[in-house]
Amino acid sequence: MIVAQRKNIPELLAIVEKHRKVLLLGCGTCVTVCLAGGQREVSIIASALRMAAKLKGRPLEVEELTIERQCDNVFLEQAAEAIKRNDAVLSVGCGAGVQAIAERFASKPVYAGLNTAFIGILEERGVWTEKCAACGECVLHLYGGICPITRCAKKMMNGPCSGSREDRCEVNPDRPCAWQLIYKRLKEIGQLDRLKELKKPKIWRSSQSGGCRKIIREDHRV
Amino acid sequence: MKTEVFEPRIVAFCCHYCAYSSADLAGVMRIQYPPNVRIIRTPCTGRLETEYFMKALENGADGVLVAGCLEGGCHFVEGNLCAKRRVNYTRDLLEEIGIEKERLRMVNISAAMARPLADTITDMVETIRKLGPSPMKPNGKLKQESCT
Repeated sequence: MIVAQRKNIPELLAIVEKHRKVLLLGCGTCVTVCLAGGQREVSIIASALRMAAKLKGRPLEVEELTIERQCDNVFLEQAAEAIKRNDAVLSVGCGAGVQAIAERFASKPVYAGLNTAFIGILEERGVWTEKCAACGECVLHLYGGICPITRCAKKMMNGPCSGSREDRCEVNPDRPCAWQLIYKRLKEIGQLDRLKELKKPKIWRSSQSGGCRKIIREDHRV
Repeated sequence: MKTEVFEPRIVAFCCHYCAYSSADLAGVMRIQYPPNVRIIRTPCTGRLETEYFMKALENGADGVLVAGCLEGGCHFVEGNLCAKRRVNYTRDLLEEIGIEKERLRMVNISAAMARPLADTITDMVETIRKLGPSPMKPNGKLKQESCT
């Protein structure tokens, strides 16, 4: 799931400074689950924006709407009317959602209300952690399902850095050492021999260094 | 010239199992508290969401009081602790917006604490009276300031 965080209210107010009628558009998928941009957050942020604008003596109308998925044109159609009747869209979806709106509604200003943070999971109630860096060439099968690229601060591919203390990362002691986790996990599933295999330097070509990536499935194209 | 005295309007979300009962008890005991509160009974303060506090304040409530059970005494185990976290979050949000966070307060009251409830309400009313009318009201602070 994509995890995001709300920008603060003064920043949001400054973002929509030029507009009087703004559509605050939520997304019912990832950002709903990470409690950043679902229906409830839309309601809270809309109230906060209206109150902050009123305090500044600024006229601002905020319409609230949440659609199932912002990053999908089919679902975006449900917001077409509301987008049309407002001066601008303040999206509380992830970065993909914001850009999907910008592409679909070319003449309408669209702004991001969230800071999209990472691909992660809900660790416990109210705590999300990053688990995947979307590097484009998954190596999880070699490391017992624990990603050294995302979870090791130094992205070590062939064993720990020797800086870890007990089972803590030396870069941030709040974090467990990814290599400790990898070792424990491989031992548990009886695949410690995988560690004897020397891994070649990772090829980052599939990662983000070459600009935005694209996947084409000819078998599904029309 | 006759000067109007500001009478705060406070929305009080009271838990059915404690604060609401203590308000009832206050009535039975003939304990008076200021009539500035509008009590809303909730099954548990854990039922309350940030939205509720925001909507109350946005619609012109001068203050919002959340009255839940004593810590450790929640009928639903930890509903009041959830409410406490949400109230704290909302107070931070109010600061971001530029509204005094004192307009939202959470208190813990048991069903037998009629007198403390009355004192809490009196104190809340006085706090809000000092802060003045909510700036969200049509005749709130903004308008007053622009007149002076």
